[in-house]
Amino acid sequence: MATAAHPSTPLTVPAARGTCPFDPPPAYEQARGDQGLTRVRLWDGSSCWMVTRHADIRSVLRDRVFSADSSRAGFPFLSPGRRALTTDRPSFIRMDDPEHARLRRMLTADFMIRKVASMHEGVRHLADELLERMAAAPDRTADLVAEFALPLPSMVICLLLGVPYSEHAFFQRCSSTMLRTDASPAEVTAAQREILDFLTALARERRSAPDDGIISRLAAAGELPDEEIASMGRLLLVAGHETTANMTSLSVLTLLRDPEQADRLREAARRDAAGDGDALDTAVEELLRYLTVVHSGTARVAVEDVMVGGTLVRAGEGVLCMLNAGNRDEDAFPDGGRLDLERPGARRHLAFGFGIHQCLGQPLARLELRVALPAVLDRLPDIRLAAPFESLRFRHEMGVYGLHELPVAW
Amino acid sequence: MQVHVDQDRCCGSGMCVLTAGAVFDQRDADGIVVLLAEHPAKQDWDDVREAESSCPSQAITVEEDQAAG
Ligand code: HEM
Ligand code: SF4
Repeated sequence: MATAAHPSTPLTVPAARGTCPFDPPPAYEQARGDQGLTRVRLWDGSSCWMVTRHADIRSVLRDRVFSADSSRAGFPFLSPGRRALTTDRPSFIRMDDPEHARLRRMLTADFMIRKVASMHEGVRHLADELLERMAAAPDRTADLVAEFALPLPSMVICLLLGVPYSEHAFFQRCSSTMLRTDASPAEVTAAQREILDFLTALARERRSAPDDGIISRLAAAGELPDEEIASMGRLLLVAGHETTANMTSLSVLTLLRDPEQADRLREAARRDAAGDGDALDTAVEELLRYLTVVHSGTARVAVEDVMVGGTLVRAGEGVLCMLNAGNRDEDAFPDGGRLDLERPGARRHLAFGFGIHQCLGQPLARLELRVALPAVLDRLPDIRLAAPFESLRFRHEMGVYGLHELPVAW
Repeated sequence: MQVHVDQDRCCGSGMCVLTAGAVFDQRDADGIVVLLAEHPAKQDWDDVREAESSCPSQAITVEEDQAAG
């Protein structure tokens, strides 16, 4: 079994990245080459299993023997704040079926492929407007995160939910506190409460003054109390906010560093405009794989003894699936450390997770990226980095990886 | 080749529609999978196999024809 091979002090996770900020922590990549699963330590001194291979991650995340319910003993928490986050009104991301399925299915129609495809023009219009405003800066510089990457998905999810975008500064502050692994439990609980209270009040308001947003529809359906609607709204708001935003800014940075791949994206965008979207689809999937912004470990706890990749995981033991390590697994993606926007089979990546909790918003995330990346390169053909690469601040301490800001010039 | 879908297991991810749009679709009401072709055309077989392995909730099963291997 796996543990005997490393008698030295176990690795503490999340582990630090190496010299390349786009690559997963070297310790994860090394563990992937070892046999079986890896025993790792968490901040509170507890231990759990780390899963790094593509096939093993798939088998854990789709096996109902692994629970996403964080109130079960042994569930691995990545930080004190994470533990606080999941005790106050957990949303369905922290539930198992059948309860999870009952709640998720109230939203699946909103995010299905055909429905999301009908939002294409609207999203493009928003992207063009944001870029137009940004491009008007007299000194021809801007922070791409604040001016474009963050507002775009934020506006879209607010529209879908029926939440006034004028409140976005408030949401951004709360959701960023909730995602910070170095926030104290008190800070996390307070931020989460603020959002829940706001959304509960909004749900109540929508009962008497409905609009065509998701919150209004859930309120009208009358199946859920206002607090449950608020909890779902919070999940969508937080999940739909920072993920796409960070994928966008990190992708732009990647392309600025790799002009050859940037040209491939431009070519893919040209073909898409001419009616053949396959190349652009593949490019977006490859960026999702290569960058894997949900990087800190997808947590589950075993409810029965089960074998995974040659290791026996006992009932009550936690596992952390390192999606970023699985997405560089050579067995699934030959030459996986290389970005190749024409990679066959790029869609097998785990960036959206796997199993019944696989990202509900993935069609929307794909649409936003398909629109946003070509739009940036098209509107600002001479875009370049406006600060030394070494000075950029990467979001090491956040549950969603990316950039705090991306200074660009054109 | 014969394809089965289990609508109770499906979590509405839409992966199958992306992978083999000629064979799978999603219900308007709730985004749950619908099978368009129980016996898909030969040119779709590879995509259908890919859809089976990439379905996150194991809602798709494929039976290969014995004769065709
Ligand atoms: C590039 C962008 C995105 C990435 C990389 C991403 C990634 C993920 C991952 C890895 C999970 C699985 C978590 C787990 O298994 O514990 C997930 C779940 C989820 N995501 Fe996303 N996401 C993105 C965008 C979005 C958007 C735009 C929305 C909503 C509008 C969204 C809504 C959700 C929801 C509701 C869940 C929970 C699903 C469930 O538990 O059944 N995501 N996402
Ligand atoms: S891939 Fe599986 S879970 Fe996703 S829609 Fe198709 S059948 Fe349902």
